[in-house]
Amino acid sequence: MFDPVIAETRFGMGLSPQQPLPTGVEDMMVRLAGPDLAAARFPIPTYDAAYPSLGQLTAVSRDRNAARRAGQDDQAEQLEQERRDMLRAAQVLQQQTLAATLARAIDGEDGLRERLVRFWADHFTVTARVGGSSHLVTPFVETAIRPHVTGRFVDMLMVVTLHPMMLLYLDQTQSVGPDSRVGGGGRRGLNENLAREVLELHTMGVAGGYAQDDVRQLAELFTGLTLDEDRAFWFRTEAAEPGEEVVLGQTYGPTPQLAEIRRALFDIAARPETARHIAQKLAVHFVSDRPAPDLVAALAEDFMATGGDLLSLVRTLLDHPAAWAAERAKVKDPFSFIAASLRALGVSGAAITGLGPRILRRDFVRPLGLMGQPWENPVGPDGWPEEPEAWVTPQGMAARINWALSVPRRMVDRLPMPMHFVTDALGPNPAPAVVQAARDAPNRRDGVAVILCSAAFQRR
Amino acid sequence: MALSRRDMLLGGAALGCSAAASPLMTPVAFADVPGDNRLVVIVLRGAMDGLDVLRPYGDPFYAGLRPTLAAGGGADLDGFFGLHPALAPLRPLWDAGDLGFAHATSTPYRDVRSHFDGQDVLEAGVADPKGDLRDGWLNRLVQVVPGAQSDTAYAIGRDRMLILAGAAEVAHWAPEAQLDLNPRTRRLIELVHDGDPLFEQASAEAIEIAQQIDAEAEMTEALEDQIAADPMMGEIALRGDHIRLAEFAAGRLRGASRIASFSLAGWDTHNRQGQHLPRALDRLAAVLLTLRVGLADHWDRTAILCLTEFGRTVRENGTLGTDHGTGGAMIYAGGALRGGRVLGDWPGLSDFDLYDGRDLMPTRDVRAYAAWVLRGLYGVKPSTLAGMIFPGVDLGADPGIVR
Repeated sequence: MFDPVIAETRFGMGLSPQQPLPTGVEDMMVRLAGPDLAAARFPIPTYDAAYPSLGQLTAVSRDRNAARRAGQDDQAEQLEQERRDMLRAAQVLQQQTLAATLARAIDGEDGLRERLVRFWADHFTVTARVGGSSHLVTPFVETAIRPHVTGRFVDMLMVVTLHPMMLLYLDQTQSVGPDSRVGGGGRRGLNENLAREVLELHTMGVAGGYAQDDVRQLAELFTGLTLDEDRAFWFRTEAAEPGEEVVLGQTYGPTPQLAEIRRALFDIAARPETARHIAQKLAVHFVSDRPAPDLVAALAEDFMATGGDLLSLVRTLLDHPAAWAAERAKVKDPFSFIAASLRALGVSGAAITGLGPRILRRDFVRPLGLMGQPWENPVGPDGWPEEPEAWVTPQGMAARINWALSVPRRMVDRLPMPMHFVTDALGPNPAPAVVQAARDAPNRRDGVAVILCSAAFQRR
Repeated sequence: MALSRRDMLLGGAALGCSAAASPLMTPVAFADVPGDNRLVVIVLRGAMDGLDVLRPYGDPFYAGLRPTLAAGGGADLDGFFGLHPALAPLRPLWDAGDLGFAHATSTPYRDVRSHFDGQDVLEAGVADPKGDLRDGWLNRLVQVVPGAQSDTAYAIGRDRMLILAGAAEVAHWAPEAQLDLNPRTRRLIELVHDGDPLFEQASAEAIEIAQQIDAEAEMTEALEDQIAADPMMGEIALRGDHIRLAEFAAGRLRGASRIASFSLAGWDTHNRQGQHLPRALDRLAAVLLTLRVGLADHWDRTAILCLTEFGRTVRENGTLGTDHGTGGAMIYAGGALRGGRVLGDWPGLSDFDLYDGRDLMPTRDVRAYAAWVLRGLYGVKPSTLAGMIFPGVDLGADPGIVR
């Protein structure tokens, strides 16, 4: 059952010489249910507060083009300069939000919350579709994901599905009811992308038993979800397909309205297939790629019984004996590897948020890419892989070894003695092979690197 | 050794044999490798729209189904199919008989149209996503090719390549990866994993490959120069990850490796396909030409298969793109293959001919084409092809892809 080292590694961000180990599941749950201290300590702007916004980026391009067309060259030049300044600010913000995300992970008492935020942000993956707007991904997570990780699944699903970042990412802003006024008798029409991924990835899962026609009908129901000229959410009735839609046997409509879309999402979120899919994903993410069936069953049951209460779901996970299995079947993804390494080294969050853009690029952005996890840029809406084999490749290991050899000494005044660091990183009972390597290391740099590269440190 | 890069290149040319035959260039003796034929499998992730790449303009329904996408025309290939304009740089390969297609083909995956399941089925080589997805068909090929070494097959890039995962040892590397360790640290890293096979193997392989690549740095540079200077590359920009992948593959295949696989993304064109698809096709054309030039003398013994998880809807969607479909196209290239033609029975595009009323009807399992290529290149027995490599595949008649 409960083990403090497993608690911090499998369900947290790793051991820290500066943070006491949790004393039990209750201790972990109290922190998780309590105030979000890390967010207060290392702020990330909300989506609406982030500068430049999608609206601002869009407006400046539009105004510049208008000025060019009107032959107002000076005005156009000034707007172009403004646009470039915005793109620079966007780049800076993206690096700052990476630094803040890392800072929260390495310098906090509630690693479980950070892990849950990353889990759900990955479940609802978005990447930037509008040029120069990658800096809005973390603010999206801050707004649409983070407040809901201890709330209800359906609330997160609603916010995410109707969010401008998701509507853009999965092409919903383009989709138009073929028989709507905007559709103009089939001139413009449906795009199935968001409807398909809501069913396949976000709720029921690919084995959930929905049919192509459900995808189609849901896509019809979703028409009208779009953005206005400032790229703010707009339910555009004239673009919505008129008439009833039947999704999974339930009828919605016939009058297009946002409430019907919400009702459908509510119904889909409450389905047992959704409960099973979320249960399976959570167990796979935290425990094993082949989780114990009774763990998945317990999670699914809890999801159904509580109407998708995510705090209760986490408690059920932590209360289950399979969650504390001795076998460490998962491997830290690259972000977690970097965060756990800095945490073990006792690097403060403020030290990371104080780094300049060049160092952030060299020591974090680029290495994450080489380790196979380019920051905020997974290939598809299914997010990052779960299997250890996806990360522990020769090229991935080479990147981890290089990082472990070069970055730690730049992040602390003096590297720790390997023989001390081995317990900082692995807890009071480190694996003998790692202790031996720490003892044999020719210097602190190599010793620290070898400990960080060990299977014992990278598994969880 | 005082042999310069120039000597080696000249020597290779003068002897009329490949640079790869030089024992200086590869740690594996040439005689140990399984024959001389090369196979490259490129996984086009995201579902390439076969109907736009290889346009059936001879079908009376095509123009009506693709009012905007078909409007751009395309170079006629055989009086029925036309080539997407973005693939024009590949026209010389078609004319030389080194580029061909199979149309109206797909894996056996049906109906749910999930990218992720579709790619798993494609790479595992199985009949459906409930099948055994633990290993890939290229790995199973390596298991039956006689004399295969750990670097006979290469999974290239940072993506996980299920197609090469499995019991046979294969090499993995990304062109941008590097590792430079002193001997003592190397020894510690070998010991620290404490018997964890996943970490031990990945670390050992990283150390070994990095050393080998380091030792070949001059040769790699020479290859890059050679590719850049070749007139066949035309206007192709030699920048980007896709070029690095192709150069790396060419470099490995000139050496001891015989099989390589990597993926190219960017095919999921739900939206404004007229803008997005040409970008992906530009990259694909650049990759194929880089392989053509980079493989030089080996081209005649090379087969390249470009496979995707499924095709896309026959009708344009409401956003000038296409949604997930079923039947699509396979692109093949290489001097070992008989190109200059489009394989496959054309099912037609009338409403009655479509799969599920919306997709191109697949008329042949894409695994059958791949299987016949494996038979031609490596002599794999039909019973092994249909039993182990592509379980349950209906091989059908030999399409005669391999020359």
